[in-house]
Amino acid sequence: MSAQGVTPEMTTALVVPRRRRRTAAGQQLKAGWVTYLLVGIVTVVSVFPLYYTIVMASHTNAEMAAANPPWLPNGSIWHNIRLALSLAPLNQGLINSVIVSGCVTAGTVALCTLAGFAFAKLRFRGSKVLLAVCIATMMVPTQMGVIPLYMLMSKLGMAGHLSAVILPTLVTAFGVFFMRQYVASAVPDELIEAGYMDGAGPFRIFRSIVVPAVRPAMAVLGMLTFLMSWNDFFWPIIVLSSQNPTVQVSFQSLATGYAPQQSIIMAGTLYGTVPVLVVFALLGRQIVGGIMQGAVKG
Amino acid sequence: MSVAAPAGPASRAARRRSSPGRRRPGSRIAYLYVLPFFAVFAAFSVYPWLDTAWVSLHDVRLSTYDQMTWIGLGNYRDLFTNQFFWNAFRNTITIGIISTVPQLCMALGIAHLLNYRLRGRTFFRVAILMPYATSLAAATVIFLELFDPKLGLVNWALHLAHLPEVDWQGSKWPSQIAVSAIVTWRWTGYNALIYLAGLQAVDNELYDAAAVDGAGKWAQFRYVTLPGLRPTILFTIVVSTIGAAQLFGEPLLYHNGKSDGGTSNQFQTLGLLMYQQGWTNDRLGLASATAWTMFLIIVVAVLVNLFLARRRERAGR
Repeated sequence: MSAQGVTPEMTTALVVPRRRRRTAAGQQLKAGWVTYLLVGIVTVVSVFPLYYTIVMASHTNAEMAAANPPWLPNGSIWHNIRLALSLAPLNQGLINSVIVSGCVTAGTVALCTLAGFAFAKLRFRGSKVLLAVCIATMMVPTQMGVIPLYMLMSKLGMAGHLSAVILPTLVTAFGVFFMRQYVASAVPDELIEAGYMDGAGPFRIFRSIVVPAVRPAMAVLGMLTFLMSWNDFFWPIIVLSSQNPTVQVSFQSLATGYAPQQSIIMAGTLYGTVPVLVVFALLGRQIVGGIMQGAVKG
Repeated sequence: MSVAAPAGPASRAARRRSSPGRRRPGSRIAYLYVLPFFAVFAAFSVYPWLDTAWVSLHDVRLSTYDQMTWIGLGNYRDLFTNQFFWNAFRNTITIGIISTVPQLCMALGIAHLLNYRLRGRTFFRVAILMPYATSLAAATVIFLELFDPKLGLVNWALHLAHLPEVDWQGSKWPSQIAVSAIVTWRWTGYNALIYLAGLQAVDNELYDAAAVDGAGKWAQFRYVTLPGLRPTILFTIVVSTIGAAQLFGEPLLYHNGKSDGGTSNQFQTLGLLMYQQGWTNDRLGLASATAWTMFLIIVVAVLVNLFLARRRERAGR
């Protein structure tokens, strides 16, 4: 889990039914120009560092050091990117990150949906205790596990391999809680009863009733997990070498390598960040909706 | 062997009667559903946590991690008598405060603004969430350049305003502020969206009523938004506390990937110290002791937060 995840309680806070709102479309309060001005400033501050990355990545160091630094992108960007690629294994990092994040996302969504369904709709001894334990572990810092995990991975001969990054992050306690909330609210008990009446077993019910009903939540969990896994830093940097890095680890060798020229560092950073920003630009609306709604809907 | 299971249709019917209308399958099968999760979770999370406690009672080297020498609480004694630990402890608290407090205050204000009827609100929401999608490594590199003492944009702007330039890397408070700025930049929009979600549950009629009573925007924020968000605020405080206590990547990259947290450790956090002890100084036992200490600090911090919040709530009534 990355530094600031989402806690169950927070999701609970988000699971407030919104039935009392009078209009679905939006707020009653009209925004004045002051509101627009302030929101505009916030937007600029949010986006500016990324914009300035492009500016820096597309100039030479000398141009950046001028008395009046440039404000607009320039043409040297491809040249700088090529230099960055020769300094750090960014392409390797990108491929590895796709593999790692893809596996982690698929695993988390599958295993957490399965467990979430059991916690929400099946009754078994100890389920409350197990769920409570699971939720309490969200307080445990990442640092708590890395040393034995590192030893374990070394013993298994997996240190330096991508599997060493994938396995420990394959499930999250948050994922289980998130899916449990959603299954509980989105799948009516009657539907499941009806399934049993028709003679379906639990797995059939899971596959044909639960999964189709909670697909939106699976998508949201998938997107959040993907971002979290893609941006994960602490564990990959410990267990992976700079020869076989994820993209985050390869940034580090870029920034700490020889010839630490600003423009080249920025070009490399940009190159490695663009893919996830493109994904974000395409899915931003859904991700925002996912964070906003938590486990609501239904 | 005599514990004969009360099988048979009679008992099953009785059980069914005790929960009318419910027909659930045998509970055994449910364990199969949670098993994959708990198997991975136990092997790669719970076991390492517990083992960290065990390792923290030993002297262990990275190269020979199979040979552990029992030294009891020796690592903890070393830790608590070590000035670097107390330095990192203080830095973690100060950086935590100067990153979390402004971050959550700004997030509240932004959520309040975004709650107005805005044109293009999806655009604004996505834009303020951009920093969340940016990786920590990329964000830190960007801020490292912005705060560069000679070439950075921040000092350039200060110079333009005829203010003295600041050494954002070498001196203690400026460097801590710079590290906090990265955290704040990345997480403010995210928290704003969490607050916004909480705000959607606040009844709009309250705002209307306040407006009719002549409340301005500030009064609306103070008397409608804040009370309505109290539980959400508490939880973001708890989450941010947990995040701040394990701060690692930002200060690491802010000193070019070195774990010392600046030339005079001016922004070394506990997370960085632990990394340094384990992977630079080759003392895994000491690093494990640091990790467990961090966990206990988080538990205490969360409990203090919950206690304060509860007392405040009672005082508010």
